[in-house]
Amino acid sequence: MEYLIIIISAIFVNNIILAQFLGICPFLGVSSRVTTSVGMGAAVTFVITIAALLVYLLQYYILVPLGIEYMQTIAFILTIAVMVQMVEIILKKVSPSLYRALGVFLPLMTTNCAILGVAIILVQKEYNMFESVVFASSTGVGFTVAMVIFAGIRERLDLEDLPAGMKGAPIALVTAGILAMAFMGFSGVV
Amino acid sequence: MGKIQILTRGIIKDNPIFVLLLGLCPTLGTTSSAMNGLGMGVATMFILVLANIVISIFKDVIPNKVRIPAYIVIITTLVTVLELLIKAYMPGLNSALGVFIPLIAVNCIVFARVEAFASKNNVVNSALDGLGAGLGFTMALTLLGVVREMLGTGMFFGYKFIEGDGVLIFVLAPGAFIALGFLIAIFRKVAKATSI
Repeated sequence: MEYLIIIISAIFVNNIILAQFLGICPFLGVSSRVTTSVGMGAAVTFVITIAALLVYLLQYYILVPLGIEYMQTIAFILTIAVMVQMVEIILKKVSPSLYRALGVFLPLMTTNCAILGVAIILVQKEYNMFESVVFASSTGVGFTVAMVIFAGIRERLDLEDLPAGMKGAPIALVTAGILAMAFMGFSGVV
Repeated sequence: MGKIQILTRGIIKDNPIFVLLLGLCPTLGTTSSAMNGLGMGVATMFILVLANIVISIFKDVIPNKVRIPAYIVIITTLVTVLELLIKAYMPGLNSALGVFIPLIAVNCIVFARVEAFASKNNVVNSALDGLGAGLGFTMALTLLGVVREMLGTGMFFGYKFIEGDGVLIFVLAPGAFIALGFLIAIFRKVAKATSI
């Protein structure tokens, strides 16, 4: 039951993009086509889950015993950067097809604030190891859901006749606002 | 390029938020009131200036191949210092900005200025460039904060000047997106009309 609450909360109620404002750059930058959004969402979900596990181990087996929790940000960023590189190298060898599918999105992960944000949040909320992994993967799913819905809307927006000033980013942001309003309907579910 | 031009470029012509659309996460996440927006803007400006200065000093020592990891370490160290300072002296701001203070370390504007400017220019110009981009960022965040606070609660920096409750949605998540969307459209229109 607790896990179900974490999952529903991370996907719908506290959606990482529409309620927490993390990972807006890929959300606005990559979401012009549904297929690329699915690729980006899959890459984020994959990386965020592994990152959560590593960050958990790092926090409770290295930083806390040594009493250097203030090194959190720097340790997390370096771990995530190294991990993204390793995932890229391993995927290239083990599963070339998955590597091709995620390819371009992987290097962008290091500076995706959703990954570091989730890492910091799961430490703040004091989740245990399994909860951390569940929380991170459902956050990734929430990211994908928001990206794909948004891309579907944007594909249609391209065909609309808009005032010159509203073209591009402004109308995308207003659309995201209306989408966020729809997601607010989930608040109170858990 | 003159010093004045380096400083003002980041404020209007290359405004990080309204023109370049960089660093939108903290922009949307921390501007529920004008004061929080201003606080976040100043915190980011502090990092922009210091990161530009430090990296400009060390630019000849850092090997080109490992420059990105080196920049990450330098920027994150500065962010950690800032985080500890805010925690110690401004606990109110710390709880209002929450997770977005450590996230300055992955803010795209900081990387953009460091990579595009500080790694190629001298210390004084780099500091001015960081200050300009920081002022542009602060201006955008404060403006968005003022608009959201006014529409949402009828207050201006905490002083109530309109009776009634206001449109609460502007303080909540959807209002952030909508207000920023319209502000960007207005900024474009004004910039085009005055051709700056």
